Amino acid sequence: MKSATQKFVAVATAALLGTTALAVPTFAANVPEGVTLADEQTFTYRVLDEHSSVDPQIVEDVTGSELVRDLFEGLLNQNADGELVPGVATEWSANEDNTQWTFKLREDAKWSDGTAVTAGDFVYAWKRLVNPELASPYAWFGELMSIENAAEIIAGDMEPSELGVEAPDEHTLVVNLSAPLPYFPAMTTHASTFPSPQWVIEEHGDAWTRPENIVTNGAYVLTEHVPQERSVRVKSDTYWDAENTVLETVTALVINDENQALTRFLAGELDRTEVPTGQYPRLKEEHPDAAISFPRLCTYYYNVNLRENGPEALKDVKVRQALAYAIDRNVITDQILQGGQTPAYTFTPGATANFEVPSVPFAEMTQAERDEAAKSLMEEAGYGSDNPLELSILYNTSEAHREVATVIAQMWEQKLGVTTTLNNMEWNTFLEARGNGDYEVARAGWCGDYNEASTFLDLMQTESGYNDSAYSNEEVDSLLSEAKTLTDPSANYTRVEEIVAEEMPVLPIYHYAGVYMLNPQIQEWPVNNVEQNWYSKDLYRVAE
Amino acid sequence: MLKYILKRLAVAIPTLLILIIFSFILMRVAPGGPFNSERPLPAQVLANIEAKYGLDQPWHIQLWEYVVGIVTRFDFGPSFAYTDRTVNDIIAQGFPVTLTYGTWSFVLAVTVGCLLGIAAAVRHNSWIDYFAVGTSIGAQVLPNFVMAPLLVIVFTLWLHWLPGGGWRGGQLPYVIMPVIALGTSYMASIARITRSSMLEVLSSNFIRTARAKGLPSSQIIIRHALKPALMPLLSYLGPAFVGMVTGSVVIDVFFSTGGIGQLFTNSAFNRDYSVIMGITILLGALTITFNLVVDILYAWVDPRIRY
Repeated sequence: MKSATQKFVAVATAALLGTTALAVPTFAANVPEGVTLADEQTFTYRVLDEHSSVDPQIVEDVTGSELVRDLFEGLLNQNADGELVPGVATEWSANEDNTQWTFKLREDAKWSDGTAVTAGDFVYAWKRLVNPELASPYAWFGELMSIENAAEIIAGDMEPSELGVEAPDEHTLVVNLSAPLPYFPAMTTHASTFPSPQWVIEEHGDAWTRPENIVTNGAYVLTEHVPQERSVRVKSDTYWDAENTVLETVTALVINDENQALTRFLAGELDRTEVPTGQYPRLKEEHPDAAISFPRLCTYYYNVNLRENGPEALKDVKVRQALAYAIDRNVITDQILQGGQTPAYTFTPGATANFEVPSVPFAEMTQAERDEAAKSLMEEAGYGSDNPLELSILYNTSEAHREVATVIAQMWEQKLGVTTTLNNMEWNTFLEARGNGDYEVARAGWCGDYNEASTFLDLMQTESGYNDSAYSNEEVDSLLSEAKTLTDPSANYTRVEEIVAEEMPVLPIYHYAGVYMLNPQIQEWPVNNVEQNWYSKDLYRVAE
Repeated sequence: MLKYILKRLAVAIPTLLILIIFSFILMRVAPGGPFNSERPLPAQVLANIEAKYGLDQPWHIQLWEYVVGIVTRFDFGPSFAYTDRTVNDIIAQGFPVTLTYGTWSFVLAVTVGCLLGIAAAVRHNSWIDYFAVGTSIGAQVLPNFVMAPLLVIVFTLWLHWLPGGGWRGGQLPYVIMPVIALGTSYMASIARITRSSMLEVLSSNFIRTARAKGLPSSQIIIRHALKPALMPLLSYLGPAFVGMVTGSVVIDVFFSTGGIGQLFTNSAFNRDYSVIMGITILLGALTITFNLVVDILYAWVDPRIRY
């Protein structure tokens, strides 16, 4: 089972920066010479919740996407560093202004029933994604990809057949965009763009994703699914690179309670689980080989309500700056979370591809300087012991969110004399309240959908559906829409971050880290892939 | 008797209907919906999804179609959260899990509880009595959310005898800890109820008569004392059985069994309306049924009761 292979990497930056034609072979698990593989190639990991679906066009959660990436294969994959590598497509190129992308598909790709994977399977899947009849919760991703007519089809004003995607022959896929999108190929690693088998869906309807019906084109096939308990996928013999796929069986176990999951990891029942908040230092000491932490493409922040009905004080930029400055982020990352999270002074994490973290003034100061500045800003705004500010922080019920809110409330109280009340709500109620602007300061978290700064900064647009602060700045809006047309939009992103750091519509707190217990026998976990798009086909298990 | 059963069943139907209406309204009044997420859906996408599940209809029409679906097709609708499964599928998968470990817990609790209770009463104020009372108090003060982690620490982490969770279709090693964790506090209650009612029966006149007749002790207990002593226990066992077979959130979540208790809370958090309704109706129907069963058993145990 050993294969001494070399991994070739298609350079993602080249794909990002314009027209490229790539024809490089890729191999799955990269097992070096001399490594003894375990006899049983299994990988068992914990998931917090049952996955929403394994239908590529329906799936909307991280857990489900992990399964879909194993079961199906899209045009492109990511390697361990998050760079683009060929998937079903072997070459891809754009026209001059990045409004038309052409993908050449490999001829040896097969579905698990033996049928060849064709460009038509992608055309079908993409039309299916935006079809209002399917009512996919991720239909908007088609719009985000700027595929011609996607928005109109979702709105029901055009037929799905009019989507700007076509298959001139079985192995060529042409996509027409309504806007130039230099990073379009990167978006094709998203599960919602993966092909789906029309003949199976038509035969079984909604039940096509059950193990007994499903047909997939990825490195694994789904063999068992017990809702709320487990799902099992095993290596697919029809996958074009099955020869280099090492892991034979991958099992996801649903374990709601993270401490119980940790116990089961320690008992040897699991190969991977998340580390509960605050336990990383202890586990790292006791199990140095197993406890790992690495940066994620996510930001934890607070929204401040800028709506008409929001608190008057928060409309004053000085108050918002004071609140942002007074948060000692190092206390939160080093004393509460303790899992390798990093303080956030910009909205976009530094781990984002091609994104240079701009030097915003308050990031350059020491905490003592920030506290000083915060106090004088608060005074200038007219708040102090004679006119104390009262605020409430809203967060969704969770021990970790409560701890962060408590310490921030303390910092505001001690440094600025702000009286803060904490308000927690169960998840769905919380989303409703925050979405309706029924809060003063509210906790939020955002993970990038793709590895490019716009996946974060677009939230600052007036019209963004996720702009829960109700922030509106014309310059930001025009900078961001201009960025979509630029080959190198980094100057625009820098400027937007500067404006955000000045106006503080959101208070960035920290950037997430992936904090896991991972069985050291499992090799090649992509810790450098900040999106954590991992593929079981790239992993392998060494002997004990 | 038959007339009585039919009458009780006839009352059950409006009771269930009221339960359906009441839960339906409560659910819709709760803020949030099944399609809320950290990334709110664009309005048009949300509208498409709501239309697919009929959520764009007025409440009374949704409710009417729901009830019609159940009555005419025994169809509890699709799950909003899991597209490839209907509520019928979800319950058919989760209920057998809790039914299995619940029933075993019940058997364990009743057997051990009754034996302890009877032994304690028969050997009143002996070491057996003290042992039984001590055990049952000990079991009672250890609620299942303390019992479950204790069991896991001992049998999974230290001894490596049993898996720390999962179900695997109900294989024995996976069933043992849920059964014990769920059953102990019920067992304790049963032991104490049995002990006190047995003590009462043993001091009654007809037992003294039996002793005077010279019947052997074992026969007195089994033939004469047991049945009347079970009366107070019966009224406890009906609801206890329903409580056990419909699962405990704590047991399901802790042991990741995939049982119905976990399903129920998760679907409440997800606002998976149709699953919440389906499980509520199941619990309602079971409660009604077992209350009826207990009433029928009363008549069997106590000849004075006639319906």
